[in-house]
Amino acid sequence: MLSRVADSLYWMSRYIERAENVARFIDVNLHMMLDLPVGATEQWAPLVITTGDDTPFAERYKVTTRENVIQFLTFDKENPNSIISCLRGARENARSVREIISSEMWEQVNTFYLMITDSAAGERVEEAPYDFFRAIKMASHLFEGLSNATMSHGDGWHFCRLGRFLERADKTSRILDVKYFILLPSVADVGTPFDDIQWAAVLRSTSAFEMYRKRFHHLTPDHIVDFLLLDREFPRSIHYCLIQADESLHAVSGSPVGTFRNPAEQYLGQLRAELAYAHVKDVIGAGLHEFLDAFQTKLNVVGDSIFATFFASQPIGGTVTVKESSQPSAISRQHSSQTA
Amino acid sequence: MIRFDAYDTGGFHDEMFLSSSQPRPGARLLEQKIESLSDGELLQRQQAAERALLHMGITFNVYGDSAGTERIFPFDIIPRIVEASEWEWVERGLKQRVYALNLFINDIYHEQKIIKDKVIPEGLINSARSFRQACVGLNPPRGIWCHITGTDLVRDSDGQIYVLEDNLRCPSGVSYVLENRQIMKRTFPQVFEASRVRPVDDYPSHLLDMLQYLSPDYVQGPTVAVLTPGIYNSAYFEHSFLAQQMGVELVEGRDLVVADGLVQMRTTKGLQRVDVLYRRIDDDFLDPTVFRSDSMIGVPGLLEVYKAGRVALANAPGTGVADDKVLYAYVPKIIKYYLGEDSVIPNVPTYVCWEEKELAYVLAHLDQLVVKAANESGGYGMLVGPHATATQREQFARLIQANPRNYIAQPTLALSRVPVIVDDHFEGRHVDLRPYILYGKDIYVLPGGLTRVALKKGSLVVNSSQGGVSNDTWVLYE
Repeated sequence: MLSRVADSLYWMSRYIERAENVARFIDVNLHMMLDLPVGATEQWAPLVITTGDDTPFAERYKVTTRENVIQFLTFDKENPNSIISCLRGARENARSVREIISSEMWEQVNTFYLMITDSAAGERVEEAPYDFFRAIKMASHLFEGLSNATMSHGDGWHFCRLGRFLERADKTSRILDVKYFILLPSVADVGTPFDDIQWAAVLRSTSAFEMYRKRFHHLTPDHIVDFLLLDREFPRSIHYCLIQADESLHAVSGSPVGTFRNPAEQYLGQLRAELAYAHVKDVIGAGLHEFLDAFQTKLNVVGDSIFATFFASQPIGGTVTVKESSQPSAISRQHSSQTA
Repeated sequence: MIRFDAYDTGGFHDEMFLSSSQPRPGARLLEQKIESLSDGELLQRQQAAERALLHMGITFNVYGDSAGTERIFPFDIIPRIVEASEWEWVERGLKQRVYALNLFINDIYHEQKIIKDKVIPEGLINSARSFRQACVGLNPPRGIWCHITGTDLVRDSDGQIYVLEDNLRCPSGVSYVLENRQIMKRTFPQVFEASRVRPVDDYPSHLLDMLQYLSPDYVQGPTVAVLTPGIYNSAYFEHSFLAQQMGVELVEGRDLVVADGLVQMRTTKGLQRVDVLYRRIDDDFLDPTVFRSDSMIGVPGLLEVYKAGRVALANAPGTGVADDKVLYAYVPKIIKYYLGEDSVIPNVPTYVCWEEKELAYVLAHLDQLVVKAANESGGYGMLVGPHATATQREQFARLIQANPRNYIAQPTLALSRVPVIVDDHFEGRHVDLRPYILYGKDIYVLPGGLTRVALKKGSLVVNSSQGGVSNDTWVLYE
């Protein structure tokens, strides 16, 4: 597999997954705001903070209203992580590997992109935001399903899968973090129905509510963190994502899981092991936000080492040529940790 | 309701109708099918076809527009029909032409017998921008230079078909031929019934066979790749499509490197040898160490590996020399010289501006002629005299006088027309036809081709980059 092609496949699925997760972010907030106690004002600033794009937002928008934040995260072409930018990125990458992916996959990326660039999309968000963001999630799932069902499960597919699960792990950690920034009306509200409702919204936005109920029944913060962070079976839990990514990484290199032959496998293995043996009480005791922040930084190291191992060109004939990733570094590194 | 009763052939040769009311024999079935459709159905099918194109992402990029602008290649749902007997003649003529041109290119880069025998003036070759000094003495694999050709044919009002251009470098458009057929089958299956249309779908197999044939016999299972300038190239869709259909790698210059005397691809598992490159990059940009040193899309050292016979390139570098529009005027002589035959398909009468007498004629008759720059393609650098303003003609007159070598002129042909859907009725539009010819073990002509339609009423410029439309081209069985 060409290095450039592997790079594009990886980013194509990362961008699709990212678009889906931005829709989930907005969705979780829409849900939380619906259930706010009477008299409380809607909070949209936390959403921008958790996506890590608060500075560019502040530069172009004056206030963090619902309209501004949705515009910024959905249709703002200058925001490299808006849904529209992600889909443009996914489509550009897909276009450069059209001969590698199945035509079903290509058509789905293309249709997905056209769905968001459609002139009527803006109105649809205002009129029926839930339907709109739901359609985005479904389009992403359709793409994932198509890649599973129509593309050979060889190296190319594993690079797609690697990109998707690393992105999902990162985004689930951020969705979990949204809750940290959402202010309850008063400290006394911790543990009240409002608090529960917000935690339920976090679960719903990761499609985890029902699966969580089956495992833990009652909503408690510890269990919710446990489920979204450490569960081995739920497909949006961070631990699950790392297991899948790790398997794909080893499928590409051929080395057995549990061993490593390159830095990418080494770093991802470390992170996977950390979650495999973590205890949720320790995580919360040391500070969930701090834990997630550190996790995101480590995940970036994994991403960088994947680039260095597979996508960057090897030096030839004594001259070192450094190939650019097909992605601007500003985008690939947008996940650098932020302090809050 | 779209019906043919009101259709007017306007005194032009019409590809579908003998006269305004009478379809040609081969088009009779099609005409009946279309006439039997219910109200609005034709328009619905046309819209369905356009939607399919958009969602399948069958697009081309437009230069000079904002970077990376894509458009769908518009498609008209009424196919153009070529009858078997006429196609047999076209095929014979194209094979003859490509065979002779290959001999010519080989001669030009070796002994230049044709110049020594004074059939072609020496100054013409030396001044051809597409002549490559670096290719002198080169022996391409299997002695073939022009592997893929997309000859442009046009028909004048008297029904005679002429060769308009040879396009021996990187002719594009064949992907639209294949996709147009797919779209037709998808949106308009009923018209295929009993129409006896020859299939075009096996083009990629023929292309792959030809490319593999270029690698030396000792290479088992040669690695073939399509070399593209990248996703912003106007024909990127086609590069990707052909690679996909052949199941070969699509590579960019930055994916390739010359190492250990071989051309190799950078893969996730290290370097891997490439044996045959179907390159869709012009000579100029192919190898910065030999041609343009500022090329960012080529592969340094590629030509050396090629000369050593360790990679094959299609088409061979230097092939463009036979594509020079001035040399075009000499092709009938070239065919006569190498084959001792008259050309089957005639050339459009052509005035070569570097001949003084012809230059004087051209300047005096600019309002009747089509003038073309020798080294341009895609409808750029062209003047359609009868449709131009006096100022445009004066501008061109100055350009020609400044560099007569660079211009040829041809009488303005009354190109044949096809009916296309315009709003809610049919109108005639001018067309050309580009068949595709592959030169490998033998010469193969794809039974079909790209029919490009000039979208603007009365316009004679059919290039897609100039706002043209295409339609499916049906070559019928006997």
